[in-house]
Amino acid sequence: MSDVEMSKVPNGIGVAETSEQKGKKRGSSTWSRFVRNKLSLIGFIILVIMVLVAILAPVLATYDYQAIDPINANQFPSAAHWFGTDNYGRDIWSRMVYGARYSLAIGISSQALALCIGIILGAIAGYLGGTVDNVILRCCDIFQSIPATLLAIVISQALGSGFFQTTLALSVSGIAIAVRMLRATMLTVRNQEFVEAARAIDCSSARIMFRHILPNSLSPMIITTSLGIGHMIMSSAGLSYLGLGIQEPAAEWGAMLALGKGYMRYYPFQVIIPGIAIALIVLAFNLIGDGLRDALDPKLKS
Amino acid sequence: MGNLIEVSHLKKYFSTPKGMNHAVDDVSFSIAEGKTMGVVGESGCGKSTLGRTLIHLLEPTEGKIMMDGEDITFVNRQKMHEIRRKAQIIFQDPYSSLNPRMTVEATIQEPMRLSNQFNKQLLKEETDNIMEIVGIDSRMRKAYPHELDGGRRQRVGIARALAMHPKFIVCDEPVSALDVSIQAQILNLLQDLQKKQNLTYMFVTHDMSVVRHISDDICVMYLGQLVESSPVKELFQVQLHPYTKALLSAIPSTDIDNQPQRIKLKGELTSPINPKPGCRFASRCPYVCARCEQPQVLEEVLPNHFVSCCRAKELGGFEA
Repeated sequence: MSDVEMSKVPNGIGVAETSEQKGKKRGSSTWSRFVRNKLSLIGFIILVIMVLVAILAPVLATYDYQAIDPINANQFPSAAHWFGTDNYGRDIWSRMVYGARYSLAIGISSQALALCIGIILGAIAGYLGGTVDNVILRCCDIFQSIPATLLAIVISQALGSGFFQTTLALSVSGIAIAVRMLRATMLTVRNQEFVEAARAIDCSSARIMFRHILPNSLSPMIITTSLGIGHMIMSSAGLSYLGLGIQEPAAEWGAMLALGKGYMRYYPFQVIIPGIAIALIVLAFNLIGDGLRDALDPKLKS
Repeated sequence: MGNLIEVSHLKKYFSTPKGMNHAVDDVSFSIAEGKTMGVVGESGCGKSTLGRTLIHLLEPTEGKIMMDGEDITFVNRQKMHEIRRKAQIIFQDPYSSLNPRMTVEATIQEPMRLSNQFNKQLLKEETDNIMEIVGIDSRMRKAYPHELDGGRRQRVGIARALAMHPKFIVCDEPVSALDVSIQAQILNLLQDLQKKQNLTYMFVTHDMSVVRHISDDICVMYLGQLVESSPVKELFQVQLHPYTKALLSAIPSTDIDNQPQRIKLKGELTSPINPKPGCRFASRCPYVCARCEQPQVLEEVLPNHFVSCCRAKELGGFEA
């Protein structure tokens, strides 16, 4: 509240108006701009709920999510089984709750992996330039010339199914994007005068890189990361659906969708529920990404 | 007083796809300790490149730079640390010359931290001291650059340059991005600092009134070459090079009855890439003649007044 009020106050001291309005203390103003955007706030709330559900899964689950109960197979939603049961009689609510763990973990870890490798390669390419830059960029070209989904399918086919294999398969397609993004921002930042000033005061190359160039190149990455996580979650669900990612009996939303599709005509809730969950979490990350883009608007940045 | 900076036949070429760009071509001058050398010329004439080459932000191609009696043209790593301490730069654009993610305090302290000569207590005292000298209120310590106006930012830039007590500062158009009222403040600050700390400036600008105010000597550059240099007062009275004449005639006058006769230059700038050996101003010079195709030499035509034009004496009426 106080943040919002703060930023409404016109220039307190005799400071130039434009630079002053370029957003107060960065942390608080970015946050208040982010929160003021209804959609991004909704996205953020959905995400918080999802995270809580994933953390509290053992508490929230009403049944053992792997317990097979043939007598109660294919039950419609009821007081006993909130989201009904699947073809093996497993409680869908409990499986959904545990499934949130997979989706979030895979989405975040594969994007994080892509980002780590991407930042390292992008920083090297952007800072060194020349031949190194060319080699790295041409490798990115090769990876980007293959459709991301196809690439993930091929890799996970080669590595087999499982959490780490899926994470790896998904992250490969994200690396090239991260590299390009970081490199492009670094090139603009590198030519600013404060980098030259850093050289003039005898900064080492490493210090210029990590203290001056990199911190100023990261805000576009935050947005890509958020959008990327949503994308990764969707891809991982896609892989599971195709029988390549995380597989039964693990409770993964994509896999649940795949199982439910056989009975879609009679028990549509078996498809609709995981489908909505996937859509919601992807939406949440996209909304957050959009909100961040507005909140960190480069035009407002000096 | 001796010369702090002596530059002879300095060249800085950049290789471009089209050929060598002669950004600074055979420039010689010297700056006495505690004095200000103004360097003027139009955009792209190599003023900034010259300044950056002097303090080794760019490596010279050829020539010789002496600082404090030492040859610093080509130096090793060890020597470079020394130069960085002795020679500093103030940038034109106070908006891009400060790291937006570092506070005022962090920016000013960075050079001191890098030198490893300060403990915490000393660092704090020294920061307070410098902030007071350049006139930044101590409550601004934790402010980020985007919270400050242009003048204050430029003060932070000056503070950073002063942090290691340099002897020589290259001022690369330090006021051209500021409002006129703030320009005066910053210029006065620079002059005060010069008096107190016996600083030597090389002041790069294209604003003739600024250079007249702050400089002791003045160099006029055209396309990478020094065309005229003299004490500032003299240059505003007697101009020997046709380019300098045109440049000074372009200063707007506030006297409505006594408007100066503007010399309008025709023709275009010749390209600095692989230029022909003759006078580079020849294509626009109203007094061009056959001798202008020969390379021009910098001559002392009047005491301390150098010009590189083969017709300077004749046009100035010093020689029959």
